[in-house]
Amino acid sequence: MRIAVLSGKGGTGKTLVSVNLAAAAKASTYIDCDVEEPNGHLFFKPEGVQVEEISVKIPKVDHELCNGCRKCVEFCNFNALAYIKNKLIVFDDVCHSCGGCILVCPESALTEKAKVIGKIKKGVSGEVAVWTGVLNTGEATGIPIIKKLLEESSEVNKQTFIDCPPGSACIVMESIKDADYCILVAEPTLFGVHNLNMVYELVKLFNRPYGVILNKCLEGENPAEKFCLEKNIKILGRIPFDNELGTLNSNAEIAVNKNEEYRELFSSLLNKVTKEVQHETTTNP
Amino acid sequence: MKIAIPVDEKTLESNVCVSFGRTPYFLIYDVETKESIFIDNSAAASTGGAGIKAAQIIVDNKADVLLTPRLGENAAEVLKPAEIKIYKTITGSAKDNIDAFIDGKLPLLDEFHAGFHGHGGN
Amino acid sequence: MKQLLILSGKGGTGKTTIASAFIKLADAKAYADCDVDAPNLHLITGWSVKPARTDYYGLPKADIDPELCIKCDQCRQNCRFDAISIDEKYKVDPFACEGCGVCEYVCPVEAITMKPAVAGELMLYSDGEKVFSTAQLKMGSGTSGMLVTEVKKQMKATAADAELAIIDGSPGIGCPVIASLSGVDMVLIVAEPSISGISDMERIINTAAKFGTKTAVCINKYDTNIENTEKIEEFCKKQALPFIGRIPFDSNAVKAINNGQTVVDIDCISGTAVKEVYHKTMNLLFEKGGG
Repeated sequence: MRIAVLSGKGGTGKTLVSVNLAAAAKASTYIDCDVEEPNGHLFFKPEGVQVEEISVKIPKVDHELCNGCRKCVEFCNFNALAYIKNKLIVFDDVCHSCGGCILVCPESALTEKAKVIGKIKKGVSGEVAVWTGVLNTGEATGIPIIKKLLEESSEVNKQTFIDCPPGSACIVMESIKDADYCILVAEPTLFGVHNLNMVYELVKLFNRPYGVILNKCLEGENPAEKFCLEKNIKILGRIPFDNELGTLNSNAEIAVNKNEEYRELFSSLLNKVTKEVQHETTTNP
Repeated sequence: MKIAIPVDEKTLESNVCVSFGRTPYFLIYDVETKESIFIDNSAAASTGGAGIKAAQIIVDNKADVLLTPRLGENAAEVLKPAEIKIYKTITGSAKDNIDAFIDGKLPLLDEFHAGFHGHGGN
Repeated sequence: MKQLLILSGKGGTGKTTIASAFIKLADAKAYADCDVDAPNLHLITGWSVKPARTDYYGLPKADIDPELCIKCDQCRQNCRFDAISIDEKYKVDPFACEGCGVCEYVCPVEAITMKPAVAGELMLYSDGEKVFSTAQLKMGSGTSGMLVTEVKKQMKATAADAELAIIDGSPGIGCPVIASLSGVDMVLIVAEPSISGISDMERIINTAAKFGTKTAVCINKYDTNIENTEKIEEFCKKQALPFIGRIPFDSNAVKAINNGQTVVDIDCISGTAVKEVYHKTMNLLFEKGGG
């Protein structure tokens, strides 16, 4: 069962929720797909970490075979190739690894080589398997890393929690593509609701079953709750705005491991989510 | 000697464009014949790698010198093997900068900023 | 025009809350929201006029003509992005398609063409005095870096005489952030005193350092964790980064924002602190002989 946790706006509590649900579920897998700024590992402090480098294919030129026809330069839609003083230059950082230049070269002067763009770190924290994707700074896209993470997770039999990146751009899409259920984390602010709307549209577009967890709940009117009621979105639960929870979180401590109250809170949230997912998979297989 | 300058408009009096890769036009000025040619910068419409494409255009138009306010490291990598000298422009028009260059008043540009990867997470 | 960019690394630290306050205090004539994925600044800048809207085209997307398609499967086999699938007809997934043109090239019957695709929308608010430039990236799109560049270009073109421009940035360290960094005179990093916040702050400082832009740091919600606040101040000292202030956590700030107001529109402790940070930032931005 793969559960993605997303929010649209940054800082609403994706990591708080995904880390604590994984910890409450005990024998589970936590996957951090926020490859630009991964944080889950700071909470789990996994041990026995194994690192797998992730690379993409980029062109390599054999200057002896290249005859300067420039078909590759003309073909490349990303401007990753230039031909200067009878020499072809490849710009690794700009290349999208489409393989087109290799196909168009009439002299077979272009072949492919691997370029490392990041890594996947797998470790263990108690009973939780912690997988973290990390994109190297300066690299264009983390999608190949997310693809690999999710590909490998399809063989995992345990409950899996996917911590998604903020926003609703294609990197988020990639993270939810194969999820069985999406938890949208919302905060009770004007900005929070605006961005909640975006991911709400995204999960609907991708036909993923979803529900909302309202985080940082205070007394009084909650614009995020209002939004859910208006749109008939299932509210899975509420996490109160709580200084102690905030402090634990800011010190990268896993709340369910530190406090009975939070253990109960997240365990019951977990039960609710599990029931929802089972219900969804039986009614919409 | 041919001088290339990114310009906002197709005149010698035009301001120098703040961007190299996405300037609308390049002025190619021949110092000996005092002739000016303006070329459209097709790189401006690229979603990414604009600096690389723009630099290729400069090279293909046989410029010897480039006057620009800034330059990305990818574009610099294209210009280096082509042995095109790069100088930093001052505030003013293209004409002001050509005059300043001829008088030896412009400094070499030796700081290149990182590429912007105009494309996104796709 | 001096440009100030507000970044954070981590999401939710308070970039937009602080940017909107700065805009109010400076009575800025030019400002922009470069968080094109999830723009929020327009929610508290209270414009009554409608913006001018322009479609933003990203990379073209492949389109397969089912009448010409002979189902040879060459396109699907050669597509590196898993964008082509078969469901009776051969179809291109516009979200996965990167616009590389390989399928168009390999198709033996010219059944595939690259078509322009709208990836977002630019919006420009102006009333003769002030200019506000923003954009919304279409859901699931990439190419946000170039859209960010367009947002800044649009602002500069319309408000050429403005003395100061304030730019609200996006979270992360990727393309949209890199694109927003180009040509700015100063970066103000809004840090959050949490372990995650510190980790993300270091990565964004790293990214900004590659541009050699003047960078300063302030801490928002500092009293939620004094220990981490002190860690951040230590870090700034070691890195010789100007540390220009601490802003307390303030529930009144949330109330103000939810009411569509900035924190300096009401009387509150965060507003007072933001005012001080603002003055220090302006001093640094406009100081003579600054790097």
